[in-house]
Amino acid sequence: MKFSVILDALPYLLGAAVTTVWVSLLGVLLGQVIGVLVCVARQSGNRAADIAGGVYVSFFRGVPLLIQLLLIYYMLPLIGIDVPPLVAAVGALSLASGAYVSEIYRGSLNAVPHGQSEAALALGFPTATIWTRILLPQAFRISVPALVNELILLLKASSLISVVGVAELTRTSQTISASNYRPLEIYLAAGCIYLAINGALALFGTLLERRLQEG
Amino acid sequence: MDSSLIVQYGPALLRGFGVTILCWAAGCAIGLVLGFALMLLRQLPIRPLQALIRAYIEIIRGTPFLIQLFLLYSGGPSIGLRLEATTAGILGLGLYGSAYFAEIFRAGYQSVPKGQVEAALSLGMSYGAILRRVIVPGMLVSTLPAIVNMMAILTKETVVLSIITVPELMYEMQTMAAETFATFETILGMALFYWLLVEVVSRLGRRLEARVTRFLSHSSNARA
Repeated sequence: MKFSVILDALPYLLGAAVTTVWVSLLGVLLGQVIGVLVCVARQSGNRAADIAGGVYVSFFRGVPLLIQLLLIYYMLPLIGIDVPPLVAAVGALSLASGAYVSEIYRGSLNAVPHGQSEAALALGFPTATIWTRILLPQAFRISVPALVNELILLLKASSLISVVGVAELTRTSQTISASNYRPLEIYLAAGCIYLAINGALALFGTLLERRLQEG
Repeated sequence: MDSSLIVQYGPALLRGFGVTILCWAAGCAIGLVLGFALMLLRQLPIRPLQALIRAYIEIIRGTPFLIQLFLLYSGGPSIGLRLEATTAGILGLGLYGSAYFAEIFRAGYQSVPKGQVEAALSLGMSYGAILRRVIVPGMLVSTLPAIVNMMAILTKETVVLSIITVPELMYEMQTMAAETFATFETILGMALFYWLLVEVVSRLGRRLEARVTRFLSHSSNARA
């Protein structure tokens, strides 16, 4: 073990960790949008939308992320869309996250008392308003712990995008350890950085939950 | 896709599938046994040991599986731990699973009503007997859905082993894709295959759950 190796590599690793964080955040944010849309589509009462949403959720939860990633990476050029690996990676993370998020919201929506949407309907609220003003805000509050958990899971899963050459934390660790032949120190350092980010996220989640319970 | 490809690559893919199943089964077995042992050790009133196990679980659950594999496979030799890819893969999968299984078992252990253990103690049963005849059966019922879920997750994690060159299905598939240039078709086929595989594992698990918890519905029917 040589700790000086870690010190030398640290600036690069931290820089790469920033990429890891924002790729994961972007994935979770886009995943939120997809997840809410899919969830609303499945609850809308339209049979075709429900089936399509169900297949989407089942596919992206059932197929390993690595395969989804390669699928999207190789599919886009075939249909004439030439994008950098980073875009394919964010796309794959968002689609995978969307499937999980839609299930989280589905569970949370079930927890919002049914009488509320019935009451709003009786008061003449349009359906869109019932969703945006009554159901989704409450569902969001209920889902906060699960959503923070999803962010942590996605942050860990983002290590897989190293495979398509995105220079995030895992890829950068690979590159550095291939050049200095010190994989043990470098991967240990990378592991510690992941652990620190996840710890911070978990702490943030706890604080947010407490805040929402007070409010 | 050309059907002659199936003849050419069929054996390699089958062999890869065999390695996938082997890694999954062995990884699950190691994870379950180690997870159960960790849960039991954590019950001992030894503070440093509890802290150590807790740290182990937090570290495994807080870092990506891929990083753990790299540490084991590429970092291992630096401290004299030279493992073959498949061995490293199985061990990695087992260690990764053990942290999650330990937490599942802990929840299960806590869900066994205290009164049952006290009753068994007052009947003069030894701790081993209580564990075997009271705690474990009770735990099995409450934790089975979570265990099945984790085993399905581990099925998906086996594809990550291809990155450290374990010759499992995903690895063979990538070799095939590279040699035939039918990359997209091969990956699409693989996606559909894993979708099916995970679905089968989950279904079998649900069946097992129904079987194990059968007595619960019987007894509640009897009460009704």
